[in-house]
Order: sequence, then C-alpha cells, then structure tokens
Amino acid sequence: MNITYTHHRLPNGLDVLIHEDHGCPIVAVNVWYHVGSKNEVPGRTGFAHLFEHLMFEGSQHYDRGFFQPLQEAGASLNGSTNADRTNYWEVVPTNALELALWMESDRMGYLLPALTDAKFENQREVVLNERRQNYENRPYGFAGMALVAALYAPDHPYHWTTIGGADDIRAARLDDVKAFFQTYYRPRNASLALAGDIDTDRALAMATDYFGPLDGGNEPPPVVFTPPPAILSEMRLSLEDRVELPRLYIAWHSPALFAKDDAELDLVGEVLASGKTSRLYRTLVYEQRMATEIAASQNSREIGGYFQVVATAAPGRTLAELERAISQVLATLTEDGPTAPEMERCQAQAEASFIYRLQTVGGFGGKGDQLNAYNVYVGDPGFFDTDLARYRKVTPEAMQRASREWLRQDARVMLSVVPMGHAEAALEGSQPVSVA
Amino acid sequence: MMAVDRSRLPSLGPDPRFTFPDIRRRQLANGLRVLTVEHHAVPLVSFLALLPVGAASDPPIRPGLAAVTGDMLDEGSGELDAIELHESLGRIGGHLDSEIGSDATILTLSSLARFADRGIALLADMLVRPRLHERDFERVRDLRLNRLVQLRDMAPALADRAFTERLYPRHPYGHQPIGTEASLRAMDLGEIGAFHQSMFTPSRLTVVASGDATHDELAALVERAFGAWSPGAGHQTPVDPSTLPTPAPPGERLAVLHRPGAAQSELRIGHVSVSRSTPDYHALLVLNMVLGGQFVSRINMNLREDKGYTYGARTSFEFRRGPGPFVLNASVQSDATVDATLEAMSELRAIRGDRPVTRPELETGRAALTRGYPRNFETAEQISRGAAQLALYGLPDDYFSTFVPKVLAVDEAAVTRVAAQHIDPARLLTVIVGDRDKIGPTLERLDLGVASEIAPV
Repeated sequence: MNITYTHHRLPNGLDVLIHEDHGCPIVAVNVWYHVGSKNEVPGRTGFAHLFEHLMFEGSQHYDRGFFQPLQEAGASLNGSTNADRTNYWEVVPTNALELALWMESDRMGYLLPALTDAKFENQREVVLNERRQNYENRPYGFAGMALVAALYAPDHPYHWTTIGGADDIRAARLDDVKAFFQTYYRPRNASLALAGDIDTDRALAMATDYFGPLDGGNEPPPVVFTPPPAILSEMRLSLEDRVELPRLYIAWHSPALFAKDDAELDLVGEVLASGKTSRLYRTLVYEQRMATEIAASQNSREIGGYFQVVATAAPGRTLAELERAISQVLATLTEDGPTAPEMERCQAQAEASFIYRLQTVGGFGGKGDQLNAYNVYVGDPGFFDTDLARYRKVTPEAMQRASREWLRQDARVMLSVVPMGHAEAALEGSQPVSVA
Repeated sequence: MMAVDRSRLPSLGPDPRFTFPDIRRRQLANGLRVLTVEHHAVPLVSFLALLPVGAASDPPIRPGLAAVTGDMLDEGSGELDAIELHESLGRIGGHLDSEIGSDATILTLSSLARFADRGIALLADMLVRPRLHERDFERVRDLRLNRLVQLRDMAPALADRAFTERLYPRHPYGHQPIGTEASLRAMDLGEIGAFHQSMFTPSRLTVVASGDATHDELAALVERAFGAWSPGAGHQTPVDPSTLPTPAPPGERLAVLHRPGAAQSELRIGHVSVSRSTPDYHALLVLNMVLGGQFVSRINMNLREDKGYTYGARTSFEFRRGPGPFVLNASVQSDATVDATLEAMSELRAIRGDRPVTRPELETGRAALTRGYPRNFETAEQISRGAAQLALYGLPDDYFSTFVPKVLAVDEAAVTRVAAQHIDPARLLTVIVGDRDKIGPTLERLDLGVASEIAPV
C-alpha cells in the first residue's frame, strides 16, 4: 500500500517530493512550512495564522491577489495553520502545474515587497472576524482555549490555540510580519510535494527552476520549552457560555505524535467513542441516555499530546452523572483491556482510514499533504507503511497499559461548560476560568 | 536550471483531455435502478442509495418524519440490533453516511473492497428491513429533540430556519428537515412504519455502485442484495417537488432575531428562485461564480478583501427539483451589519445591468467551472454522487460530457439576462440574527421598512 515517490533536496534546502498518479488529469501542489502557533511568543499569539492570510494577498511579481489566476485555471486551493505547521495547497489541472509553481515560489521568495499596511490591516480585521465567527459566536467555542491554557504553563508553546488572543491579534505589527517571514518562510524550512498526473523528471525540473534560485535562509531557531510537569491532582474548571446543555471536557497529557503509546491511545479513543458500538456511546448515549453526544480522541502533536473525552449532558442530566459513568467505563477498560471484537473493529477502521486518505492526490489530508507530513515530522516521506504498522502491532495489553499509565483520575483536567448564570451546573469544586 | 520569467504568468497551454467515467445502467425485475462505475485506484467500494423522498414529503402536520425515518434505518435491521449492525460496519472498515434533504434521502456506505458483499448486504438490510423498535425510536427522537435545543445557540441555524420559514410559508420546502419540537413530540412509531412502507419501494430506489470491481461484479452485488425485495402496499405517495408552486414573496422585507451579546450578525439575503430543471442552469452557475460563488467573486472581494467586515461571504442558487432559494450568506461584525447589508444589496443590483459582468469576469467564472470539472471525479464516492445527480434530476446520460461546452456557451449577455430575470431586488428578504442593541438604531438606513421581530424558538 506504500505510495511511490521520489525525494530530492535542492541546494537551498527545499525538499521536493514527487508522486505520480495518473488516475485523473490533475496535480496537487502542497507546501508545508515547519512553523505554527508553537513558534509564537506570549503577547503575539495568533500570529502564524494571521501570517498565513497574508500569503494570499499577492507577491512581488503578481500583486493582484493569489486566488485570481489559479481559480481562473480551474484550481481549488486553501491553506491552514496549526500549532506545528502551516500548509498551502492547490489542486490544478495538469496544464496549470507551472502556474501553481510560479505562484507558490513567488510568495516563498518575494512576499515582502508586495506587502502593504493596507493589506495587513484588512487581513487583521478578517482574522478578528474569523475569530468571532468560529469561536466567540459559536457554542462551546472557548472550551479548547480554556483546556490548553490549563494543560500547559503560560510559557509553554501549546498554552494558546492557533487562532490566538484577540488583543494579541490587534497588537500585531507589520514589522513582526517581516521578521517572521525572514525567519520561517525559507526553502530550508519548507517541503514541497507534487502528486498527480505528472512526469517525475519534468516536474522536478520545473520545481528546480522555480524554487532553486531562492535563498535558502538560515535554520530557524528551535522551539524552546519545558515539558509540562505532571498533573498530580485533578483540576476542575468551569466556564459559562451561551449554551443550552452543559458539556464536560476531560483531558490528560498524552504522548507526542509517533511517540510510544500514541497509536495505542488512538485506538483507545476508537474503542471508547467511535461509532455506536463504542463503549462510551453505548453506555452514555445508547443505554443510559444521559448524554446527547460523546467524543474521545488522542490529539498528538509534535512536542506533546493530550487525550480528550467530551460529553454533552441530555436535558435533566448532570455533569456529575456523566463524570461517574465515564470514569466507570475508563476503569473497566483499564482493568480488563479491550475485547477481541473491539480489536478487530478498531484495527479494521484504522486500516480503512489510511486507505480513505489515499483516495485524493491533494487537499487537506490527500497524498501530497501526507508525504509532507511524514517528511516534516519524521524525515521520511515514505512512512506510510511504518505508520500503519504501528496500529497493526497494537495489542490489547498495550492499550490497557497505555490507558492505565496516561488516563489516570488524579492526572486529569475537567472543564465544565455551563449555561450563562448556571455556575451550579458545573462539577463540584470547579474554579471559574475566563477566556478572552 | 532554466532562468524563469517573472515578468508575466506562464501560459496554460491546452486543457488536458478528460474522459468521464463510464456509467452503466440496468434495472432489476422489481424496478430498482442500478448504476455502476468502475474505479480501480484504491481497494475501496462505495454504494450510494438514492430515494427521491425527502423532507418535502413530510405530512404538513408532521415535519421531521422523513428525517426520523432516515435516522431509524441504522438502528437495527434484519437479524441485527443497532449495536450489532454498527459492530458489523466497523469490522469491514465501513463509513456510513446518511443525509435527508428536501428532495431526497441518500445513504452512502463505503468499505474496503474485499468486504463489498457484506457492505451491500448491510445497506440493503437497513433500507428494506429496518427493525423500527419502540425503544430505539424514543432514543432517536430524544436525540433529535436535544439537537433542536442545541440549535437555539447556533446563529447560522437560527438564520437558516427563520429565512426558510419566511420564504416558504405553508409549503413543503418551508421547514428544516429536522422538523419541530411539537411535531417530534407528537410523532409515533406507527407513522414511521407507514412512511417507510409507503415510500421505500424498489421502483423508487436507485443504487449507485462504484469502486474497485467490474461493472458485472458491482451489478451482481446489488442484484444479490436487493433482487428479492418486493414492495409492500402503502397508502402514501411522495410529494413530487417538480410540481410545487413558487410561493408568493413574503410581505416583510426585513426580519431581525435579537441575540443579546452576539459577537457577529448572521446575515441571509435572498428569495425563492428556480428549480434544477431551468434552461438557465448553466448561465446561473456562471452568474453565481462572478457574484458570490468563489473567493474572487464580487461579494467576497467587496465584503472581505476590501472592507474586512467578514471572514467570508457567498451566494448560491440552491437547485432542487422544485423552486429552491437564492441566498447570500455571511457572518459580519456587529457594528458593520448595516453597511455590509447595503454593500451586498448594491452588488446584487449592479450585476443586473448597472455594472454588468465584464469579459474577464465572465472568463474567470466559466474557466473555474470548466477547468475545475475533472476534480469532481477523483474518488469512487465523488463519482457515485455525480451519478446520483443524474438519477435525482432526470439528467441525460451525456450530461457530464456536455457540461463544459454548455458552460463555455454562456456569454455576457446571458449572464446579465439571467441576473435581471432571476435576482429581483424588490423581492429580497433580509434576515439578521444579531445583537439588536448594537445594530438596531441604524437599521432604517436599509430602507426596507419596519423590521419584524423574529421570536426566539
């Protein structure tokens, strides 16, 4: 199931990964910059994402917006920022490959000459509106911010979310943009994947022509952080929000991406809350009908992870009931481990989700994005099989041990999100927190 | 290394050739239609079941019936209870998706190709032999009631609901598929059973099978799973949306739902428009691309890239079998609500003639549609969904291959004509869900008469 690719590093440090797939006359162009919100500093949070917006506003040699020529060529395109990386992609008809490389290389090499105060101020407003739309005006929209703030100390790079604080976004300055670009948006810190209906030699020659002349830049400074100290006693927090139904978030520190126990906890999440057969869905939603929805996931990132269970209370039911039921289900899993049918199911689902991701050459999660993810995070674009093997090797005993080790009652953060004016709906002993 | 020329963008050269997937049709003896498409890229199969019965067929007193019926299909079927059914789906790496819209109920099941026979058998069980047990029904209804409660906190859902109800009073398109609290509470299992028995018949169903198998193998799988299905006798018949009348425009032009402290105003501007069968379909697609259908469209460039009022604004003609809505939607910062609405309105007016589509805009809009078209045929599920459109809207077999020439035939005059004909500023209804205290005093600048209050649900 491995996908075939070639890997070249240009003299300026840019990695070029090429994968041929002749199923459809399209090519995916995908660029990862190894920079995200964990490279920000307190007081300037949200900056990596704001910067991503500016990458779509034009560059020196084509300064009329990034979208126009590409949409006219039939492209779909987008970008996204998370804590660890920023990605940009276009899926274009094969005849527009050169255009996409022209555009991507121009903004990689020549963004700043085209950057103006007007563009910067406009996109700062757009981002503030994105924050209002997707967080401030959305039920439970602040919960993620409150959780990471509790899990990580203020100076830890995961203490804030990628959207950042509204005041920090307002405080951003054009000079910050210039410094950020010089530091992080360099070929040495980037990876380019081309996947689709292309000829490898021709695509490599084209990528070399367009990106080869760019100055590679210096190695960016490393992310400095102190691993979060272990949580020694349970933390209870509460947040009032414009919601009808109280919701409970339970979170634990967990392993980083690809670290020991990461795959095990992924499958623990599957067994707990994926589909109607899962233990938490079955107990809380199906049998006892105390929750309206349930989710569990291992959120692994480059320098650490957190495991999270989220449950929304059915009308008339309390978060205390939910907490007891969830703790009971977890205790049973930790004591007895998963069953044979559970193992069969979660491993089949893991295999299927790998194959589902290989269906598209581009976009978020398609083959181009995967090649870059493996290249940036583990230095091996061909990590597919090794990654899948992690899941195939997981044993019930290993899942049991990982849940015992990581999902301890005394090492968890519990956040109650409750309707405005109903602080009493939070778990007993919760400390109110505020999120700006 | 060749020196690149940055003084101008590279030219594209000729568009790549693209061959549309070969879709084969057959019909089982019981009337069920089967479409098959081979797609060998990855070891997956995708089965899509299309029943042209959706929320428009809800009895007037029972909004939500089609959706609850659709929800009950995976709550146990054949020999399996709900848990066992999902256990089986999990073991084959299955992804089940069900959607109940105004015109249709669509179930999609993808799985690893080696489990194709099990996958199609499970899908047939769900459609033909759902268990419909009382206990499961009560749980499903409770979950939907809870969902309704949660939608009260979601500005986009509130805006959609208020907009739909005002555009389609006493009309099969006038409610959200999820229904209302009163209707869900009054619903009983007998109604679900009767609805299922009447509506789910082999002669109405189309199954699209696509993926890593041959046409004959795919067709044989569907035949084995559905061939023995004989319809029961039901008394209800679905609403045929293509016969639905176009409702009269609402008396009011502006309606506001007050959400104290809202961080933004959720905006909907639009009116009832045409159905999927309109001869202006391709011209309307091009119009929409220019107006608000992509990032570089007029409305997004104005409200987002020029003014910074919003994270994004878009328009769409929602094509259905009956007359669907034309709508502009955006979530805008509260203090810019009126300015954003005025800008949006002025764009809707201008494209009808004062500032008609330009040649470059026309070319961008057409090219985005035509050159981007092959992207829609990359995965088995995408192909299935495309093929399902043929069945739902009664489109001809050569529909895909005629799409590009028909779009390219749209010229400036056609775009301006359909804009003038199908966007009527005098009929536009504006719905705002936001903090009235922040926007109220300025609303009269819209010159849309007195704003009616939308009662909280």
